[in-house]
Amino acid sequence: MKTQPIDQAAAALPPETKAAVYEGSKVSHEKRTKLLFDHYGDPDRLRALAGEIKQHVVENLDTYLPAVEAALAANGAQVHWAPTAEDACEAVHAILRARGARRLVKSKTMVSEEIELTEYLGKHGIEALETDLGEFIVQLGHDRPSHIIKPIMHKNRRQVAELFERNGLGPYDEEPGMITQRARQHLRHRYLEADAGLTGANFVVAESGRIVVVTNEGNARFCLAATRCHIVLVGIEKIIPRDADLALFLNLIARSGTAQQLSVYNEFVSGPRAPGQPDGPDEMHVVFVDNGRTDVLATDCRDILRCIRCGACLNVCPVYRQAGGHAYRSVYPGPLGAVLSPLLLGERFPEKADLPKASSLCGACREVCPVDIPIPDLLLRLRDRAHQEGIPSPGTPPMGVWSLLATQPVAWRAALAAGHLVNRLPTRLIPVPALRAWEAKRALPEWRGGEFRKWLKARRERGGGGRRPPR
Amino acid sequence: MHGAPAIIGGYGDPHDCKPPAGRAMMQRPARTPIVGRRVQLMATCLCDAFHDDVAAATVEVLEHLGCEVAFPEAQTCCGQPAFNGGDWAASRRVVRHAVRTFAGDDPVVVPSGSCAAMLFHGAALEFEREPDLGEVEGLGRRTWELGDFIVNGLGVRAWPGRYACAVALHRSCHTRGTASSEAAALLLRSIEGVRLVEFGEAEQCCGFGGTFAVAFPHISASIGDLKLDNIRAAKPEVLVSGDTSCLMHLGGLAAREGVALRTRHLAQVLRDALGGGP
Repeated sequence: MKTQPIDQAAAALPPETKAAVYEGSKVSHEKRTKLLFDHYGDPDRLRALAGEIKQHVVENLDTYLPAVEAALAANGAQVHWAPTAEDACEAVHAILRARGARRLVKSKTMVSEEIELTEYLGKHGIEALETDLGEFIVQLGHDRPSHIIKPIMHKNRRQVAELFERNGLGPYDEEPGMITQRARQHLRHRYLEADAGLTGANFVVAESGRIVVVTNEGNARFCLAATRCHIVLVGIEKIIPRDADLALFLNLIARSGTAQQLSVYNEFVSGPRAPGQPDGPDEMHVVFVDNGRTDVLATDCRDILRCIRCGACLNVCPVYRQAGGHAYRSVYPGPLGAVLSPLLLGERFPEKADLPKASSLCGACREVCPVDIPIPDLLLRLRDRAHQEGIPSPGTPPMGVWSLLATQPVAWRAALAAGHLVNRLPTRLIPVPALRAWEAKRALPEWRGGEFRKWLKARRERGGGGRRPPR
Repeated sequence: MHGAPAIIGGYGDPHDCKPPAGRAMMQRPARTPIVGRRVQLMATCLCDAFHDDVAAATVEVLEHLGCEVAFPEAQTCCGQPAFNGGDWAASRRVVRHAVRTFAGDDPVVVPSGSCAAMLFHGAALEFEREPDLGEVEGLGRRTWELGDFIVNGLGVRAWPGRYACAVALHRSCHTRGTASSEAAALLLRSIEGVRLVEFGEAEQCCGFGGTFAVAFPHISASIGDLKLDNIRAAKPEVLVSGDTSCLMHLGGLAAREGVALRTRHLAQVLRDALGGGP
C-alpha cells in the first residue's frame, strides 16, 4: 500500500521524539491562546489587521524595497542584494573576507539555515557559531532544527544533557537551569573572540530603516555588542511600513510564537555606531535574500510571504504534532513550510510537491496565524498545481472515474446499487487501494447505497409524513 | 540612490490596501434570505452510500419544521473529494453538475458542514478564473449546513422532545468560522434530557480529511486516536457531530479497536428527540 512520505516518516518516529514534539507544540498552543484571549477582546481583528498590512507590503514590494534601501543607506548601513542562496552566502563571505574575519557569532536566523550559510562559510575556513541555545544544541549534535522557534522541539532534556556530556560541557545534568548555565559559560568567551556578528531580522521598517530583532536570550545583543561588524541576513518580505506598526507586530509575534506579552529582548538597530556614540559595530551590512521569493510573489500563493515566522501554525497543526519537523525535509516545516518550501524551490517544485498534501485541511493554522494567511487555500492551490504538472501522489485516489460517475446520475445510481458487493466480498478482493487503506485502520460501515432514495420514494408514495420505525 | 517613494507616510489606513489574494476561509458569503418553506435537500454522497438514516432524519427534521423538502434525483456529490485531492478540473465538472441539479432559488440544505463549506467556499476558490463563477457563487449563497439553517435560517432557538443522554459534540473543522457549531450546541442544549459534556483539545481535527485519511493512514489514525482518548475521558454516552465523515472515521477507528463508540449525526438526535429519546 503506497502512502505519502510524511506518513511514513511519522510512522517511523521514535515514541520519545513523538512525545516531545506533541507536548511541546500542545503546550505552546494552549499558552498562546490563553494569553491572546485573556488580553484582547477580539484577537481575530488584530490578526486581520496585521494580515492586511503585510499583504499590502507583499503587493507593493517593488516600491518598498528601494525605499528600505534608501532608508538603510541614510542610516549608514550597506545594503547587499542576493538573488540566490549562493549569492547570499557569498555576500556574507565577502564582507567577512574583507575584514579578515575568521570567527562569526550568529543569533538565530532561519534564512541562514535556508541558504546553508554555516556550511558555506565552513568550506571557506570561517567558523560560524550558533548562540541561540536551541540552535547551539542543534549545531553541537550535527542535527537540524525541527521547529522554526523551538529548534530542538524534537529533543527532551535527557537527550540534551547527554549531548552536553559527550561534548565536554560538564557531567550529565538534565536540570534546565544547569543546561542553560553551561551553554552560557561556553558562549560568553566565544562572543569576545568573534570578529563579526550575524543576526536575522524579524522586521525591517521601511520609513526608518530600523532593523528589529527579537530574542529571549539576549544573544543577538551579545552578537552586536562584542563585535565590530554587524551583518543582518533577511528575506526581502520582512518589511513593515512604519515604526508605529511595530506596536501591533511585536505584540502579535511574541504572543503567537512564545506566548509572551513581549519577547524579553527587542533590539532596534538603526545603523552602525554613529560618530560620538560610545559603542556599537563600526560597520553594518544588510543582506536581502530573494532565493525564490520573487517567484513566489508571481504566483497565486503570494499570501504566504506575509509570514512572520512565529511558529503558531506548527504548534496547532495535528499533522506536525504527529510527524515532527524533520518529516517535512525542509527548513520550514508545518503548515507554513508545506506552502513555502515547495514554492521556494521554483522549477524544482516537484521535489516537495508532496508537502501540501500533508494536511487534513482542518484550518487550525488559519485560525491562529497572526497575519491571517489562508493556509488551507494555499495548500489546495498547490495540490491543484501538482496535479496539473502530473506529479505522482502516492495514496491519493485518482478522481477520473469518480468524477465521471458523479456527473452521470444514471451511472451514479447504478454504482450505488453495485456497491453492495462491498458487503459480501472481503475488501482484499476489491481492487480499490483507497478502500484497503481505509480498512487498515478503520472498520467500514455497511454499504447502504440507494437505500435513502428508496425510503424517500416509499414515503412519498405513502403521502409523506409518518414515523419511520427506528433501525 | 532611490528616493523614498510616495507610499511611505501616505499609506495611512491599512484598509486602503489591496484585498488579500486568497478568500477568507470558511467565512460565509452574504446569504440569500429564506423566503417560504421550500428547501432542496442535498443528501451527500456518504449518506447516499452508507448513512441513509442520516439523510432520512434530515428529511423528518425539516418536515417537522414545516419545510417542503425537494430531493433532486440527479444529485451526486459536492465535488469535494477531487477538490481536496488536487484534481480541480474533475471537481469543477462535479460542481457544475451540482449547480445544474440544484437550480432555482430555493435554499439547499445539507447535513454536512464540510459539503456546505465546499459549495460556499471551496467551489468559489476553484472557479476563481472560470466564466461561470457567478452561478457557482449563487449556489453557495443558497447553501446551508443543517444546524445553521435551523437556527440562523429559520430562527429556531429551541428543540422540542426529549433525549436523555450525555452528549459530546464534535465541532467539525469545516465549520470553523461559521455559525454551524454554535447552532448545533444551542439546539442540543435546548433539548430536555441532553447533557452536553466538554472534552479536551476540542479544537483539534479528528484526522479524517477526505483523501488524507487514505494517503496518510498512520497520521490520520493517530490523530483520530487522540480525539477518541479526549472524548472518552469526558464519558459521553453518544458522540454527535454535524458531519457524517468525522463520525464515520472516529466510529470506524473505535470499532476496529474493539471499543465501540456510539455516534449519531445531529439530524438523528433531533429526530429521535421528537420521538422521545435515543
